[in-house]
Amino acid sequence: MNYLAFVLRRLITLIPVLFGISLLVFFMIHLVPGDPAVTLLGSHATTSAVAELHKQLGLDHPIWRQYLTFLNHLLHGNLGESYQYKSSVTSLISQNLLPTVWLIVAGVILAVLISVPLAVWAASRRNRLADSAIRTIPLVGLGMPAFWLGIMLILLLSLKAGAFPASGFGTGTLNHVRSIILPGLTVALALVPILVRSLRASLINVLQSDYIVTARSKGLGAPRVVLGHALRNAAISSVTVLGVNIAYLIGSTLVVEKVFALNGVGFLMITAIFNRDFPIVQGVTLLFAIMVVAVNLLTDISHAALDPRVRLS
Amino acid sequence: MTVISVPGSATDTVVPTTRRRRKHNVLLIVGLTLFGLLVLAAILAPVLASHDPIQQDLANARLAPGSPGHLLGTDELGRDIYSRLLYGARIDLRVGVLAVVSPFIIGTVLGLVSGWFGGWLDTVIMRIVDVVVAFPFFVLVIALVFALGAGTGSIYVAITMVGWVAYCRIVRGEVLVAKEQEYALAARASGLPTWRILFRHLLPNVVLQAVIYSMSDIVLTILAIVTLGYLGLGVPPPTPDWGSMIQDGQQFLLTQWYLATIPGIAVVITGLALALIADGLVDRFDRR
Repeated sequence: MNYLAFVLRRLITLIPVLFGISLLVFFMIHLVPGDPAVTLLGSHATTSAVAELHKQLGLDHPIWRQYLTFLNHLLHGNLGESYQYKSSVTSLISQNLLPTVWLIVAGVILAVLISVPLAVWAASRRNRLADSAIRTIPLVGLGMPAFWLGIMLILLLSLKAGAFPASGFGTGTLNHVRSIILPGLTVALALVPILVRSLRASLINVLQSDYIVTARSKGLGAPRVVLGHALRNAAISSVTVLGVNIAYLIGSTLVVEKVFALNGVGFLMITAIFNRDFPIVQGVTLLFAIMVVAVNLLTDISHAALDPRVRLS
Repeated sequence: MTVISVPGSATDTVVPTTRRRRKHNVLLIVGLTLFGLLVLAAILAPVLASHDPIQQDLANARLAPGSPGHLLGTDELGRDIYSRLLYGARIDLRVGVLAVVSPFIIGTVLGLVSGWFGGWLDTVIMRIVDVVVAFPFFVLVIALVFALGAGTGSIYVAITMVGWVAYCRIVRGEVLVAKEQEYALAARASGLPTWRILFRHLLPNVVLQAVIYSMSDIVLTILAIVTLGYLGLGVPPPTPDWGSMIQDGQQFLLTQWYLATIPGIAVVITGLALALIADGLVDRFDRR
């Protein structure tokens, strides 16, 4: 199968997923039995507020029609209006998107910068001291709450050492960079245990293949074999590993933004939770899902471009 | 289990394997002991606690660890941290372990059915799985708990709605392999009813991977509970929970760093215990 056909087929599989995502997000307010308007506004809401919300959400129509209206609005980029800010959710999200994008990018870069050397080191010294030490990282790291890790980094690197700002996004690119390092490191460290484990495994796998034996028997030194030959092939599978786990990384930005008071979309959502501002919660949840779907698509497409074998399966 | 392949020497391939197996049995025992102690501490909290975990004592607020009568100090309301930690374990461990039961059962059954029957049923179930995994785990759990209203009941429902997909995928993958094996074909050929083949013959062979995964799932679930507690969506106060303890302590980071640090260490130790059990199980039972 050629590359274009692969991409096309992959795009078609997106349709049911996107449809399902919209359904799930729509039905979120109908999870609790009873009147969704009362659920949203809380039991202390006035009757007039409930009635107004009924009209706004079209709750008097049959459920399938409510969904079609929701879908129609969605396709026009309309995610409803925030109760608290009285402005459209779409504009609120776009105002808050930049810090989140910065955070995700910083998180990915730092995660790769930390994981790759550790994995290479562990795989090339297999079953030795360094390997054993690095293999304990997932044991300890996977049970570490991201928000607590963030608080600890604030304590050690910001309050004690004074190296980085403890919260906010700052103004100007230079301050953005300074402000994003700690939250980025937090997000990255939450991902490192997973990345190190799978990268190490795939490197070990590659190191046992025939062409590595050939390279070794030609008399190439260990650094050349590992960095020049093995890492290149292991990198392909690690792109996939990174892609699969990007959902985890994107998910951890939510609470990390709260810890660092970083005004991204995650922070917007957490604030909305406290204000019972449902349209924002709904909109951001949808946005996160679409980000994950987009990243997975990009991963698959680039994986297929890098490794022709993928297209055949 | 990975076997180190050294061409031409049979002993070399056997020796490291058994040695590794023994070493990981140690890990399994250490993990089980650690987790057992944590569970014991949670169960015996009323006996072990030195104070009432919600009893305020403003005159003795924010005492440092090691203060007389308060092993780990007191929080901003003068409540004993050691006692709150124990009672927090009661909530967090109980909810963490119980919350994975229904996703385990639902996911395993759907995975069995999906893998065995294939066809349109498989397609439908797998499309639903695709939708759920499109959402970042924490985001969907937080959004669902918000929609359902804070509290443990909502946590159970939300974790179930999100968590079953992992078990479904794992079991389905195992079934696809197992159903081509001879014992499954034999069971089929002997005309046994389908439910009997599925639950008596297939299930015992495919459930191991799900059990191993459930260990890391408990860790993930405890992280979710603690995160919800931190965001104020967990167990309502004043009931102690590790997440809300960290949240309370965060504002005193500069002066009383241990308030936010100690409950986090409790979470990490719990995660370590379960990770050791999972790794131990893989090496003890996984024959691949």
